[in-house]
Amino acid sequence: MAQKGYFEALQANFSRLIPHANECGMVIDRLDERGAVASVAYRHEWLGDTSRGLIHTGIVTTLVDTVSGLAALAATGQFEPIATLDLRMDYLRPALPHQALRSHAECYRLTRSIAFVRARVWQENEQEPVAVSQSTFMRSRRAGAQA
Amino acid sequence: MNDLGEARRAVKERGDFRLLRERVPYSAFLDVQVSLDQGVPRCRLPFRPSLIGNYVLPSLHGGVVAGFMENAALLHLLLILDESKVPKGIDFSIDYLRSANAADLHARCEVARQGRRVAQVQIRCWQDEPGHPGRTREVALARAHFLLGNPAGEPE
Repeated sequence: MAQKGYFEALQANFSRLIPHANECGMVIDRLDERGAVASVAYRHEWLGDTSRGLIHTGIVTTLVDTVSGLAALAATGQFEPIATLDLRMDYLRPALPHQALRSHAECYRLTRSIAFVRARVWQENEQEPVAVSQSTFMRSRRAGAQA
Repeated sequence: MNDLGEARRAVKERGDFRLLRERVPYSAFLDVQVSLDQGVPRCRLPFRPSLIGNYVLPSLHGGVVAGFMENAALLHLLLILDESKVPKGIDFSIDYLRSANAADLHARCEVARQGRRVAQVQIRCWQDEPGHPGRTREVALARAHFLLGNPAGEPE
């Protein structure tokens, strides 16, 4: 069970605590026990290939890393430092220009030490994801604390 | 000559990376600096406060480290291969070894496998050890697969 006001506090402090998410203009669309949804509006500077007009995978990964960390924090139910151990991205189709990127992440298993997270990224059609991802986060709670 | 070929030539003949950055705006957004070390591309990401992902530590955003490494892999392929199209990322996998300090990042890539259609790139990312000139601290290891277009000159 999350502490009262926990999700609201996470959401309210998001751009102050994560300056790079703020620089990219990322916004949290939803944050609760079930996970997190965040999005980033289209910018020309996201492109990785101007001749075909395709979005660089780096901004997709940055969105996923952010929303996956939020999902891990949502699952812990209290603020604690977490560190990404690894993250894998599969780019299912090219991300197109002039469309926002939106990502949903959920923590599908939380142990005393590790949060296992999966995420999906889409543009206009949620049924046609541009990327899926899997990541693990290390929790750094005080030794001896109760799970 | 296609415009990627022109961008490559500007780098190799004049050390001018502007055309390459124009083709890959995300590298200009991050402000990735490329140099050639005996023909081998090396990338550097100068620190700026807006790259921070954890305000408390402070450390760089994990997405910045990953995006920088993906970008380094892409620029590496663009510089060492003779592609007429920008390779497309198929997948990317990163292991974070330690949190990245609020300082410059460096990356170096190696193509472990290059087939006709797919290249596998391994990327190493590190920082200088503060207070120990010449010593480095490994930040992350990553690998990526890219789909290659048709080589320059070959019909579509």
